[in-house]
Amino acid sequence: MTQVADSGSRSGDRSPSASFVRPDLEVEPKRYSLNLRRMWQLTALLMIIVSVAPLMVMTAIDYRVTEKSAESEILLNTARVVSNTKLAVEFSLVERLAALDFIVLDNSFTELNDCARVGEILEQLQSSFTGFVDLGVIDSSGHQFCYVGPYALSGVDYSGEEWFADVQKVNTYISDVFAGFRHVPHMVIAVRHDLPDGSFYVLRTSVDVALFHKLLANLEISGEGDAFVINHEGVLQTTSRSHGDVLEPLGLEVPSVADATRVYETPGPDGTPLIVGYSYIPDTPFILMIVHQKTALMEPWSDTRRQVISFLVVSLSIIVFVTLGVTTYLVGKIHWADRQRVAALHQTEYTNKMASLGRLGAGVAHEINNPLAIIKEKAGLMKDLFDFGDRYADDPKLMGIVDSILGSVDRCSAITRRLLNFARDTDTTPVEVDLGDTVTEVLGFMGKEAEYRTIDVIVEIGDDVPQITTNKGRLQQILLNVVNNAFAAVDDGGRIEIAVDRQDSNHVGIRVTDDGCGMTEAQRRRIFEPFFTTKSRRGGVGLGLSITYSLVSELGGTIAVESEVGKGTSFLIVLPIDPGSKGGESR
Amino acid sequence: MKVLLVDDEQELVVTLAERLGFRGVDAKWATTGHEAVVLARQESFDVAVLDVKMPRVSGIQLKKDLERIRPDMKFVFVTGHGSEEDFRIGSAEAARYLVKPLDIDVLVETLKQVVAP
Repeated sequence: MTQVADSGSRSGDRSPSASFVRPDLEVEPKRYSLNLRRMWQLTALLMIIVSVAPLMVMTAIDYRVTEKSAESEILLNTARVVSNTKLAVEFSLVERLAALDFIVLDNSFTELNDCARVGEILEQLQSSFTGFVDLGVIDSSGHQFCYVGPYALSGVDYSGEEWFADVQKVNTYISDVFAGFRHVPHMVIAVRHDLPDGSFYVLRTSVDVALFHKLLANLEISGEGDAFVINHEGVLQTTSRSHGDVLEPLGLEVPSVADATRVYETPGPDGTPLIVGYSYIPDTPFILMIVHQKTALMEPWSDTRRQVISFLVVSLSIIVFVTLGVTTYLVGKIHWADRQRVAALHQTEYTNKMASLGRLGAGVAHEINNPLAIIKEKAGLMKDLFDFGDRYADDPKLMGIVDSILGSVDRCSAITRRLLNFARDTDTTPVEVDLGDTVTEVLGFMGKEAEYRTIDVIVEIGDDVPQITTNKGRLQQILLNVVNNAFAAVDDGGRIEIAVDRQDSNHVGIRVTDDGCGMTEAQRRRIFEPFFTTKSRRGGVGLGLSITYSLVSELGGTIAVESEVGKGTSFLIVLPIDPGSKGGESR
Repeated sequence: MKVLLVDDEQELVVTLAERLGFRGVDAKWATTGHEAVVLARQESFDVAVLDVKMPRVSGIQLKKDLERIRPDMKFVFVTGHGSEEDFRIGSAEAARYLVKPLDIDVLVETLKQVVAP
């Protein structure tokens, strides 16, 4: 009992005997429905989400927190620098005011009327303090009656000037920075001193703005910072690095009045974010400002961020890469295992089917054999009557009929005997098998097809081939599969050679060679894989040779294939002569 | 040579007996084990040709029964079934084992060999 899995292509019942014992093993190749693509997608997605999400969230939180702390640190730093610088600026102004105060207290009005004395005082001032440019004494009518300094301001009348009006109200006065008559930025510091007679005089000095520059230039300001002084109208009182020159209007809004140091963030004229720290200097028209480029200040933090983010990107790439790789590998394994499972299932099914067919065949053969035996004996008796009696001896026509009946009975019994043989061989007990007989039996099923297709089948059995101990049913299945494969490969009029010879002391080889279409190297390597088929369009499932392979292994043998496209294919099955204890596999 | 044919198919044994008669073999037939035992008690046979598969008493059992009555009797088994088991038992228990449908010449030849080895 045997047939081949791939016989689906041979749907034409050209050979009645062959089709009778060769029910197609047509299985649905898509019976299993593991959705591997979906499985792959879900697994990969889930694994990526689970590993990536916490990483992303942590990075985001870390980003926020460090950004906040970096910002607050910048604000704090700016505030500190502003407040320190403000103290320094304030102190330098107060210092100079105090110096003037000291002069008016130390010198009587009479002494100050002496311009030579005033010149001495200026010299002393200049040696002790920086920034003093000149010194003038103005009487209550606004007339500067004494002036020492590089400019010709002696006798100038200040009575119409605003500052003169101001200094009469408050004791001291500090002016904005202005160019004035001399076209050099400077500021004026004036101190009023009341005289016992109710009148007063004013000691006035101009101070070079370089005083501020010196203070501000000493600041080490990070982040492309800029420290400068403006007045309440927003006019620059010192030169700034990037916000305009002295006496030019500042491009930024004048910050609101505040007692203490303030720091705020604002977009600059060109849209870049700025950190601005300021402080009003009390009793002066000045506001100290320090302006930073925020991006420059955040640079160290951004550097760290960049490192963290690059690390994150690299980690994510690795995670994704590894996840996809592992998922693909595992799903591939599952796919492979699933195919193994299905193939095993097929083989079990195939074996069971074989056994059932064996029993069916045996039953049918037995049932037919009994009436067949009666027909044969009855016809035989008729013949005997002709032969041994003389009543019908001269009737050649009757004799012919009887011979014809007997001939047909013999044909029937040949079929039933073959069926019985195969049925018997589905048993698994190892028996002594004659390879020549087995090949002939197998070819018995293919004889008609060979005849119809005019295929030459040549059998060569070596003289030294011994009987081998093996499972005959399995051997028949193997041979039938391979021979059937050869029949499928050759064209009509082709040639198939079956050569049996002894390989070594304990092995025989059965070589089945055809001159059919052959196959490529790639096909050859995969030919024993389950579900590999070149006959899919003709209904092949791709299990025939994989089953053959496992059957050969079961018998302790090996099967190899050589092929060349267009030249043909050659299968070599090597079987042990006496497999010893390995012979009796259980079902 | 006296032969006892036992098969549940009466048509077969009757015809077979007649044909053997033409060939100089004295053949009696029975369709059940019981009949065969009765016949064996009445007279002696050289060979018994038994169908392995018969209703009630199988060929194997019948052989044992007949051996008790006629210890010298030889046996040939015939079967329409070619199972491994039948074959093993048939070969072990009997001198010969034949598969239906029988060839009359083979049968005669077999009988001769069994009787005169």
